[in-house]
Amino acid sequence: MAVEPGKIVDVTAAMITAPVTATDWLVIAPVVIPILFGALLLMFRHEMRWHGIVALIGLGAMVGTEVALLLHVLANGPLSMTMGSWLPPFGISFTADALGATFALTSGIVAFICAIFAIRDINVSGRRYGFYPFLMLLMAGVSGAFLTGDIFNLYVWFEVFVISSFGLLILGSEKAQIDGATKYAILNLVATTLFLIATGYLYGTFGTLNMADIARKAEGLRGTAPLMTLASLYLLAFGMKAAAFPVNFWLPASYHTPRIVTAALFGGLLTKIGVYALLRTLVMLFPVERSVLADLIGWVAILTMVLGVMGALAQSDTRRIFGFLVISGVGVMLAGLALGTQTGLSGAILYAVHSMLVMTALYLLTGMMKELGGSFSLRELAGLYRSTPLLTAIALVLALAVAGLPPGSGLWPKVLLVKASLEANQWALAGAVLLSGFLTTIALGRVFILAFWRDREASAPKAQATNTASPILGYGVLLALMVPIVVLGVYPEPFIKIADIAASGLLHNAGYISAVFPVGGG
Amino acid sequence: METVLSVLVGLFFAVGIYLMLSKHVIRILLGIAIFGNAVNLLIFTVGRIVREVPPIIPHGFDVPPGPVANPLPQALILTAIVISFSFFAFLLVLAYRAYQEIGTDDTDGMRVAEPEGESLPPLGY
Repeated sequence: MAVEPGKIVDVTAAMITAPVTATDWLVIAPVVIPILFGALLLMFRHEMRWHGIVALIGLGAMVGTEVALLLHVLANGPLSMTMGSWLPPFGISFTADALGATFALTSGIVAFICAIFAIRDINVSGRRYGFYPFLMLLMAGVSGAFLTGDIFNLYVWFEVFVISSFGLLILGSEKAQIDGATKYAILNLVATTLFLIATGYLYGTFGTLNMADIARKAEGLRGTAPLMTLASLYLLAFGMKAAAFPVNFWLPASYHTPRIVTAALFGGLLTKIGVYALLRTLVMLFPVERSVLADLIGWVAILTMVLGVMGALAQSDTRRIFGFLVISGVGVMLAGLALGTQTGLSGAILYAVHSMLVMTALYLLTGMMKELGGSFSLRELAGLYRSTPLLTAIALVLALAVAGLPPGSGLWPKVLLVKASLEANQWALAGAVLLSGFLTTIALGRVFILAFWRDREASAPKAQATNTASPILGYGVLLALMVPIVVLGVYPEPFIKIADIAASGLLHNAGYISAVFPVGGG
Repeated sequence: METVLSVLVGLFFAVGIYLMLSKHVIRILLGIAIFGNAVNLLIFTVGRIVREVPPIIPHGFDVPPGPVANPLPQALILTAIVISFSFFAFLLVLAYRAYQEIGTDDTDGMRVAEPEGESLPPLGY
């Protein structure tokens, strides 16, 4: 193997020699852009007037590349790029399939809308403490988690968005925020450490960290290697990130404490990354182990759904009600994971997209209710129907969407999930999905009746506007977020199709593997 | 060698989990630090302990002449150490701030975000 000095070393066995094409950049752009803009915002941290605009440009560019990426993936199948021109599995691969690209695009849209809302919600001190840089780095972590094709790299992106979320959570340094953040931080750190333990064992077993490589090697190792242990550890670690019962108590402890924009972002995005990671590991990497665990996942799903919404029924702070509804929604997605069929998984994926949109909208709605009604508490909110009919209309449509009633976006994923449960003779799952929808209707109906329909008593003190800025921007943001929610409800055809492609990409992973290892070798 | 290290990793996990079961934040944090180190040792051990030469290709070769040690577990551990160290630093400051603001490090007493004895929401009007 010795070579003469000066001779050009042949590297084709280890490296990609073809030049990187422009489409390859698409898969990494949604991560690179927010990191670059986050760094830019840090450099100009004293120019706080420009933060909002620069962040919006960055997030807009990110959403643009995510749209292009999704269209490319839908047209040509999964897209993969390996860093440093190494041949996979030696380099870190970024692999976007329909599932990752759909989630990345939805999260990008949600972040963009939140950044617009933040222009009026985050004051100068919030900007000074770095709201926008944290937001950009959070989105880098979120997009990275959705698009990476390497399981250790997934751990790194988890940590990137978790540490950014700490920064966002304690923005303001109020007592309740520090209390909530302590619990959130410790429990999330334990969850990601569990993820790291599982990844360490996985590396010891497989000798590779590339997800496509793991997927194709799992079949051969199934007889000898402790794959059940790995799958169970991933279920625990990601279940904790997704806030599945009984490891969900960090969420109601912390999600009602930060600024409303931060709560909207967290409620919309963070738990869904846990669900995404569960889908990716349990369905694509360890499908046989998932079917062994299916009963357990089913019961976890039922308990998460029902206990989540029962928590919501017991609260009087609107933010805490919505926090419990986030948990209940995670249970619905886990139902699809428990079923593991094509229909069940498309239902879960569609529900995740729906949940990202409506949970963000709910938190932004409660922000507007606080501004116009003066409180977060159902004891004090009243008479909003008389004073703000437009907000009432938005709240009604949103409540229907969350509960899974037409014309909102929650209907179709629940239809798919119930259909899949009945096909699989899982009556308990179907019943729990319907029951949790019914209880959600009651919880949100109560918010609607008390905050909007109830007349304000004449003796009650007049509500004080807490934000001097005009609410037009807030209305605009909420209406913009309502558009995809209602479109998903009344014209679900294309979205169900995308969810179907994403689900079949998980179940039949040949496309994903051949995107990373093109000639079947490697 | 792997057996000895596995036992050590198990001990680390036991100590870390025991400390994390405490009510006091400072003990939980010490537990987390030990827990994180247990994971680092675990990755080191599952990467197989071998007495081989470092993975450096000698001058004039394009592949290593013989078996070499696997450098990847060390890269993974290095990443994990950096991350867990920064998290630990953040958590220490956060716990100190929480102690200053709330006046206790007993998690039973940390009920600012979720106050005790909250009554049910109004059932009608």
